[in-house]
Amino acid sequence: RYYEYIFGHSRRRTWGRWPLAARAEPELFQLQVVIEAGDPGCDRHPQLASSEAYHLTVTEPVAILKAPEVWGALRGLETFSQLVHEDDYGSFLVNESEINDFPRFPHRGVLLDTSRHYLPLKSILTNLDAMAFNKFNVLHWHIVDDQSFPYQSIYFPELSDKGAYSSNLIYTPTDVRLVIEYARLRGIRVIPEFDTPGHTQSWGKGQKDLLTPCYNGGQPTGSFGPVNPVWNTTYNFMTKFFKEISSVFPDEFIHLGGDEVDFSCWKSNPEVKEFMKKQGFGIDYAKLESYYVQNILDIVSSYKKGQMVWQEVFDHKAQLKPDTVVQVWMANNYARELSRVTGAGFTAVLSAPWYLDYISYGQDWKKYYSVEPLNFPGSEEQKKLLIGGEACLWGEFVDATNLTPRLWPRASAVGERLWSSSNVTNLQDAYNRLTNHRCRML
Amino acid sequence: AENEPSWETPCASLLVYVSTPGCDGFPSLDSSESYKLSVSKGSMLLSAETIWGALRGLETFSQLVGRDENGMYYINETEIVDFPRFPHRGLLLDTSRHYLPLKAILETLDVMAYNKFNVFHWHIVDDPSFPYESSTFPELSKQGAFNAMTHVYTASDVRSVIEYARLRGIRVIAEFDTPGHTLSWGPGAPGLLTPCYVGQGPSGVYGPINPIVNSTYQFVTSLFQEISAVFPDFYLHLGGDEVDFTCWKSNPEIRAFMVQMGLGQDYKKLESFYIQRLLDIVSSLGKGYIVWQEVFDNDVKLRPDTVIHVWKENDLQYLNEIANVTRSGYRALLSAPWYLNRISYGQDWIKAYKVEPLMFEGVPEQKALVIGGEACMWGEYVDVTNLTPRLW
Repeated sequence: RYYEYIFGHSRRRTWGRWPLAARAEPELFQLQVVIEAGDPGCDRHPQLASSEAYHLTVTEPVAILKAPEVWGALRGLETFSQLVHEDDYGSFLVNESEINDFPRFPHRGVLLDTSRHYLPLKSILTNLDAMAFNKFNVLHWHIVDDQSFPYQSIYFPELSDKGAYSSNLIYTPTDVRLVIEYARLRGIRVIPEFDTPGHTQSWGKGQKDLLTPCYNGGQPTGSFGPVNPVWNTTYNFMTKFFKEISSVFPDEFIHLGGDEVDFSCWKSNPEVKEFMKKQGFGIDYAKLESYYVQNILDIVSSYKKGQMVWQEVFDHKAQLKPDTVVQVWMANNYARELSRVTGAGFTAVLSAPWYLDYISYGQDWKKYYSVEPLNFPGSEEQKKLLIGGEACLWGEFVDATNLTPRLWPRASAVGERLWSSSNVTNLQDAYNRLTNHRCRML
Repeated sequence: AENEPSWETPCASLLVYVSTPGCDGFPSLDSSESYKLSVSKGSMLLSAETIWGALRGLETFSQLVGRDENGMYYINETEIVDFPRFPHRGLLLDTSRHYLPLKAILETLDVMAYNKFNVFHWHIVDDPSFPYESSTFPELSKQGAFNAMTHVYTASDVRSVIEYARLRGIRVIAEFDTPGHTLSWGPGAPGLLTPCYVGQGPSGVYGPINPIVNSTYQFVTSLFQEISAVFPDFYLHLGGDEVDFTCWKSNPEIRAFMVQMGLGQDYKKLESFYIQRLLDIVSSLGKGYIVWQEVFDNDVKLRPDTVIHVWKENDLQYLNEIANVTRSGYRALLSAPWYLNRISYGQDWIKAYKVEPLMFEGVPEQKALVIGGEACMWGEYVDVTNLTPRLW
């Protein structure tokens, strides 16, 4: 596909001109791609620890792209495609170059939300292409939430039957496999997020007795709150559900959510109140949330999956596994949160300054570009625990009609911030390259 | 069967009756757009005074038709008498900050028709580029367009837009904004723009149109002669906004002119001097004009049927401006709270919806002078890749 990217949109083809006689300059005939590892990884899935380094030497007559693993070769191919340009006569040129490159942060993600608005497969795949152009390597698929449940579960088909917006606005197992493979071929990990115990209204449509019934004055109101942490059936369900998720999604990590849990429904429910007393949690419902979360972490752990969680799970003092990744999203004083998370020895991923759904007038890419993720008080060891970041495009006001122009090229600013070294900060230079890059992406 | 709905006699046709012929004409500010729609058992009648009203009625009719689960099209019995509150309901597109391919403009005209807009305000040229291919001055686009082969509007393109719009009851009002916002005019019209000075010598940079040389007015006359012929609507938008005086002040010839004419240090008077002559030229060509509010604010002598376009927004000041404009007897167009290019997070349509153009102190005759408004989609950050989802 890189051949197509480089030569496919040739002006020569559109204008029907023939190339001039061979030029006197040196010619590049071939790009050789060499993957150095004994096991290049071509049939496997990229991981957090995968190497994405590459060495590119462009010189006549043969250019060489060397990388320890295939993932680095992909990054190098993208770079090579950016080096080749077409002149006014339709000739393709590339400068003699020697490039030694590797990412600053290993986790460089984009979050897509397919619950607030369903995103057709084509949208997701187009977005994966755009991510590859910007060396992003994680698709954080926030696949279900309050509004809809488009994920077609094999064990629990009722979840999408009753919870999706409609029967054709779902992701079948085939769709999911397609996304995962399309991503894999671009060196992109797919980390699904099944956010609980909050953000689960749509789960209750297809799974009776999962959510907490809310009460008013001793009577159930008919409305429901977060997942019910008190019943055994909840954990039986989650055990079976996450067994499926663990096998459907090959990445070593699953995102378990845990954000914005509204305690009012729990507080109204007599069984929950009884449980709180029995457990000695007093009136600290954060303890109940942590009790629930810890159980889920244990379940998912047993399937040999690592867990990512939103920052509340850490803030509310749940007991996390040592390799749990905490995603920092609250904009207020996020640097302090990064200090706290990494200070407690946990790996962190930064999203707080990169909520791209918050559109505003003008060149807001500059704001995203200017973020320095390691600008937080902490030791060298702590800073090593910040493994990267994610640009988030929440779906409240986003669907297939506006996803691409809203996300790109603003997300490119985040992509560069996460890949390039910390001294690449000149806004004017970035502007020049970004405008070119945008046209290239188009 | 038991649960079958009791369908009335299916309606096979919508009868459209237009009392005043005019299918071959162009819509104007005074065109009637009222219509009556009558849907009853076995008969559907759309009647309007003019074809323009029939178009609005057709759009309404298309919105009334529903489709049930069995694929059957249905429509409720209904009696509608409808007409617009304001006669000028416009949309501004900016094809200078970014070129918009013809297809994007035509698509926008379609969506305008779905929303009963009836004026396409074509802000066709500005500082960054001059995509309008002029037959009188071909160098303007040759030198001033982003790309003279691919980023221009040929005479045929312009005709297509005007006709496509006409078929949808949409007037096309072209804006050739002067004397400011004209940097792209410079390369193709040497001697038109004011050379800025640094100290004693020209700096190489140019400013607004040079108001003191005769060649300017000859040029303007010829250009607007062409524009008046190309664009059939009675109104032209002449711009007149945001004139930066720094360049004029730096130029010794202009300073001398100021002294000569006794204008003192008030460069607003120089701007007015230019605008006055421009308005007279356009008037003599048989066109009416719309101008941005600065022209009114700077006390230029205007024709009584001038339309003042209110665009400055600071804290509802625009309502005061409308009050002033209408109190002086001029008609007003409102855009200030409707700069749709200024995007923000969330449901900002609500803010636009809540605007009440007539919420100012004034007598009914004044309020009648507010002829409508325009949503503006300035093009600094807009091109074909994001125009449609940003605007609609």
